Amino acid sequence: MELSAVFLSRLQFAFTVSFHIIFPTLTIGLAIYLAFLEGMWLKTGRALYKQLCLFWGRIFALSFGMGVVSGIVLSYEFGTNFSRFSEAAGNVLGPLLTYEVMTAFFMEAGFLGVMLFGWNRVGPRLHYFATLMVALGTTVSAFWILSANSWMHTPAGTELRDGVFYVRDWFEVVFNPSFPYRLAHMLLASLITTTFFVAGICAWYVLKAREQEFAGRALKLALLTAALLTPLQVLVGDLHGLNAYEYQPMKVAAMEGRWETMAGAPLLLFALPDQEAEKNRFEIGIPKGASLILEHDPNGVIKGLKSVPPEDRPPMAPVFFSFRVMVGLGMLMLCLAWLGVWYTWRGSLLTRRWYLRVLLWMAPAGLVATLAGWYVAEIGRQPWLVNGLLRTVDGVSPLAPWQVLTTLLAFVLVYSVLFGAYLYYLLRIIRKGPQIKDEPGSITPAKHAQPAFMPVEGD
Amino acid sequence: MDLVLIWVVIIAVGVMVYVVLDGFDLGVGILFPLAGSDRHRDTMMLSVTPFWDGNETWLILGGAGLLAAFPKAYAVLLSALYLPLMLMLIALILRGVSFEFRFKADESHRILWDISFSVGSSLAAFCQGVTLGAVVQGIPVEAGSYSGGPFGWLSPFSIFTGLAVMTGYALLGATWLIRKTEDDLQQWAYRVAKIILPLLLCFILLVSVWTAWAEQDIANRWFSLPNFYWLSQVPLATLLLAGGAWYCLVKRIQGPPFLLSVALFLLAYIGLVISIWPYIVPRAITFWEAASPPESQLFVLIGFAIFMPFVIGYTIMGYRIFGGKVNESDGYH
Repeated sequence: MELSAVFLSRLQFAFTVSFHIIFPTLTIGLAIYLAFLEGMWLKTGRALYKQLCLFWGRIFALSFGMGVVSGIVLSYEFGTNFSRFSEAAGNVLGPLLTYEVMTAFFMEAGFLGVMLFGWNRVGPRLHYFATLMVALGTTVSAFWILSANSWMHTPAGTELRDGVFYVRDWFEVVFNPSFPYRLAHMLLASLITTTFFVAGICAWYVLKAREQEFAGRALKLALLTAALLTPLQVLVGDLHGLNAYEYQPMKVAAMEGRWETMAGAPLLLFALPDQEAEKNRFEIGIPKGASLILEHDPNGVIKGLKSVPPEDRPPMAPVFFSFRVMVGLGMLMLCLAWLGVWYTWRGSLLTRRWYLRVLLWMAPAGLVATLAGWYVAEIGRQPWLVNGLLRTVDGVSPLAPWQVLTTLLAFVLVYSVLFGAYLYYLLRIIRKGPQIKDEPGSITPAKHAQPAFMPVEGD
Repeated sequence: MDLVLIWVVIIAVGVMVYVVLDGFDLGVGILFPLAGSDRHRDTMMLSVTPFWDGNETWLILGGAGLLAAFPKAYAVLLSALYLPLMLMLIALILRGVSFEFRFKADESHRILWDISFSVGSSLAAFCQGVTLGAVVQGIPVEAGSYSGGPFGWLSPFSIFTGLAVMTGYALLGATWLIRKTEDDLQQWAYRVAKIILPLLLCFILLVSVWTAWAEQDIANRWFSLPNFYWLSQVPLATLLLAGGAWYCLVKRIQGPPFLLSVALFLLAYIGLVISIWPYIVPRAITFWEAASPPESQLFVLIGFAIFMPFVIGYTIMGYRIFGGKVNESDGYH
């Protein structure tokens, strides 16, 4: 593929958004976990919970900071790299993004300072309120951005006149057909990602015989949560897939590795798609499986990629493989979570060292699965920016390729260094641990009984 | 009531709030390497740590609000200013992460995040100034798209405004430190502010003269009668405020210099709006030409009316909770 401004802009957006999504995925779940821990602290008054709040708060702060700075880039890239898309869809997407800023970003940012640095400045109740607001903010943020993203997949409530989208009905825009599924799928992904992240870290403490005050119990809670959420995610994912099958059949064709339209199509477990030859060079599958899943009929007809002209097809291979990575990791997480629950029930969880080691390696599994899922959704949307209505090639800015290449290389360089630094400090926080000293009454909410607002001099 | 006009005010006020709020924390970053000791640098950073994230959110509001209310301007301006904006974003990333990393770093690599913080802050401020200069000079547009090439924004004037904005932010940073710190660091901030204030006045004067000299239309607007009687109040007020600020710096009065610096920014900003009115992309696209249709502008306006009072409320609450002098125990736990 030649290095056109279109291709480079897409690559840059893909790179910067992939880097960004790692952090919100983690912090949506961690914020809820922090709210839980602080609630326990207020309820029980045990110092253990306060120390856990501080510990996970450090990890949260580190990740949240990365999410903030990498997120600002995205809100400008729509204009810098996709100016014609911005002009065409600004009437629709601009308001949704502005709502996100007004209802979520300000709330997160406004209360984050209090949550991280306000322990000695405000009373425990106001602090807890701040933590809850941060958690709410992260979720509300997901609501708006996923609504905007979903509209690009299943545009509704708008009409296209002279190359510009005009809104007819805001309710239809916000609650467009794929939005409920995508929102549920992503929020569950975020929670599951966090449970495995927490479980991995706790498993490491158990393996090292450290932090025994909390590691074992936190591990069990994380696994139990994952055991409940993963089957739910399978169900939601299936519904999401059926929704895509209805509105974006070519995306599903790419996911299923299907070139020819076929009755009784097999569920391909593995294949080597060849875009040029318009066929798979190798495939292995379960007969009639795809028809059964998508049409609920073993002889149902599944549309293939060749049912549309080549210029309307998404590239099959990346969609096909990303889908398998996502589903594979998802199933693995489901099995591991239930195995963990089984071991917990048998009372042998903390002595199964091989299992704990697997959990350690699975700490980033949710993140990888989430990224793979996004590649399925977004590459599967190609060649469209707004499905069926605006092509990606018609949405980019009039930039010289070298301009985009320069900034892309700069992002790769800066993000690589920052990701290295992030991992370095993350591992250091984990290695240091929360250093629990659970002396009854040492740091209890009562000792912090100060007025919500401290009198401030010279203000 | 003209919906577009309401949005002009909202965007203008939003940008102004951003400039003042992020201005002081970027300014602290610009002054950062000049501080006398690591202990001072710790205090300087702590003085903005609880706020920088909220401050930068106004920049996102600016971007998203522009896309919502004036999509055509968003598209043209952002693609025209591609390189300086991208550089600004990367600079903001470098300084943003240094808040987290610096307090977690060992002594030996703290210097790395010191550099990242100060270079990032300075570069972000400089790029914002360059962007401003390029916009004031005018953005060439053909058939609704930017047509000025990759370096259309680069000129002696835009470089000059880049330096001017850096200086302005440094003054906000110095006067912020006067409010937030004590003893020798505060004394240092007083001395720094006394150097920057006259420098900034020179920049404001030169940028004004340069703008009027380069653009006949702008000169006519300011110097024709009767406009001159009204508009000459802006430079007069600027001088008055600067005099007041100078007096407070000499007398070591700690509260007002920051507020007076903010007022200076406000006046310079009003002057700027007078010069470029009624264009959002100067001399190419007016606010009305760039506006999104009423159904989009109204939809966001409703949300704005509902949510922004809360935003302003808890932003003020945050500033009050962390009011007073910087407290070392407010750092990372």
